[in-house]
Amino acid sequence: MSKISRTFEKLRSEGRKALIPFITAGYPDINTTEKFIYELEKSGADLIELGVPFSDPMADGPVIQMASERSLANGTNLKTILELVKKVRTKTEIPIILMGYYNPFFIYGLKRFSRDANDAGVDGILIVDLPPEEAGEMKAQTDSAGLDIIFLLAPTSDNKRINLITKNATGFIYYVSLTGVTGVRSELDRDIRKQITKIRRKTNLPIGVGFGISSPVHAKRVAKWADAVVVGSAIIKIVENSSSKKQMVQRVSKFVNDLKKAMG
Amino acid sequence: MRVPDKMGHFGAYGGRYVSETLMPSLLELENAYNHYKNNPDFKKELNYYLKQYVGRETPLYFAERFTEHLGGPKVYLKREDLNHTGAHKINNTIGQILLAKRMGKTRIIAETGAGQHGVATATVAALSGLECVIYMGTEDIKRQSINVFRMKLLGAQVKPVSSGSNTLKDAMNEALRDWITNVRNTFYIIGSVAGPHPYPVMVRDFQKVIGEETKRQILAQENKLPDYLVACVGGGSNAIGIYYPFIKYKQVKMIGVEAAGKGLRSGKHSASICAGKIGVLHGNKNYLLQDKYGQIKSAHSIAAGLDYPGVGPEHCYLHDLKRIHYVSVTDKEALHALETLTLTEGIMPALESAHALAYVMKLSKRLQKDKIIVVNLSGRGDKDIHIVADVMGVKI
Repeated sequence: MSKISRTFEKLRSEGRKALIPFITAGYPDINTTEKFIYELEKSGADLIELGVPFSDPMADGPVIQMASERSLANGTNLKTILELVKKVRTKTEIPIILMGYYNPFFIYGLKRFSRDANDAGVDGILIVDLPPEEAGEMKAQTDSAGLDIIFLLAPTSDNKRINLITKNATGFIYYVSLTGVTGVRSELDRDIRKQITKIRRKTNLPIGVGFGISSPVHAKRVAKWADAVVVGSAIIKIVENSSSKKQMVQRVSKFVNDLKKAMG
Repeated sequence: MRVPDKMGHFGAYGGRYVSETLMPSLLELENAYNHYKNNPDFKKELNYYLKQYVGRETPLYFAERFTEHLGGPKVYLKREDLNHTGAHKINNTIGQILLAKRMGKTRIIAETGAGQHGVATATVAALSGLECVIYMGTEDIKRQSINVFRMKLLGAQVKPVSSGSNTLKDAMNEALRDWITNVRNTFYIIGSVAGPHPYPVMVRDFQKVIGEETKRQILAQENKLPDYLVACVGGGSNAIGIYYPFIKYKQVKMIGVEAAGKGLRSGKHSASICAGKIGVLHGNKNYLLQDKYGQIKSAHSIAAGLDYPGVGPEHCYLHDLKRIHYVSVTDKEALHALETLTLTEGIMPALESAHALAYVMKLSKRLQKDKIIVVNLSGRGDKDIHIVADVMGVKI
């Protein structure tokens, strides 16, 4: 059983839900990303999603676009991200998922990536623009390296696609809460609960919900229905609006702590 | 091997690399397209608009003085510049909007580089009374202000995109973001043989009318097939449109001309096949301008319509098969060709099409006079007048 699956199993047995913060690796810089990882864990994160920056992030709103651009300007790439994971593995065992777009992984080489990622201590990957139809080569490599491959489901996915995706996914299912790009929203989509119920009928995998979840109130509601809550843009926004690195670490920690408390 | 396969793969290229939110819509589009493409009513309506609205068929014109000037083989021009809105783009937008209406979509979005596809989309949206939003990079808005105003007059909303390189690829990112958000009522009219399946196939099918007419016309005028077909390649829709009906005739040589910008070595170009590497962008696998980490580089060309870091998957496939030969010409060579055709024929080509002409000017030196070259004159040059004036140091 993978570390991600064990983490969900443990949470389930304790009657708790997972909190998964997303941060863009290399934003504002790779050293601060390292600090974030330790602080996020202390503040209540159960898993961490590390964003792999891409020049053309087609499913992201302005907040994560900006973070990706800055990170790339800092010279971040898959290699430096894997080095970072390797480094934090001397201090923490929190499951880490790399989330990004396909091209940087494809160029790195799927076999080489899967092996290097596993060596570095990465637990899973989520590639936004890689639906199961195109994921055959990637999945063959991640399966043999022992990495989980997480797939998205969307409000537009019908039963046929839910079947296809739940059959291919490992670790957990990531349900995209709305038809739209990542970003801070004031309201939650009304259909989240209904869609989760529909997905549950097809799979025993844990279901995480992300996109648009922006506050402790949102997190609390979603945690009632889902097994995990993913929060990204709201965190990046705090980083963007902080005046110093010390302040951003403090503020993000407090925010994540508030999310955790709200989820009970 | 049959290409594309059921998933839209042309050999190693193409496919559907999009976020799950869009997958159901692409499948819906594919089903609708497959249903209507052979539907007699749909075909009848499409042909009606191509004839009475677009103005087809376009002439295949023997450019006698241009030919004499070059002193080589006979050069024919397929006059796509004479279409309504001034370029080949409308062949595709008229087809897609008829499909959108049958699918019950109420809102149209599109990306544009030079503004030609934006204008062609805004035009058919006006014709159909559908809401229309066009995404355009701020850099292109500056270069193509006349087309921006045309789109606005046509009732479209032009949304400036200022991310990345502020050009076509960024406009496409933003259009995809809009589509992800408004997927249920919105039809995305992609302007080139790029994007996820079924777009590369569908756009090719709507553009192949260029080649079908050319074949009939050249047989009527010369009683034989051409020796060479030459077309410019950005995403590659005008090129695939003229090539496609000729692919099975092995004696017809085909040349795709990419934009070498300031030269391939300068790094400022748009020659994805000549100087790119295989990768994934905008929903399909193709040759891309990218760095060693897989980040997409911005393209450069004096022709905004060629300013794209990727190229249609079918071109990549035909390149690998060596069925089409891809070359590149610089900004400077394209400008010289524009001036030459304008002076010898009184036809001012778009800077995009001038790339094809520039290669013909090189090619004709090596060929016998009894050969025949057909160039796809994909668009007219009016939209580029201020760019040409700028380069010549003339203020207008």
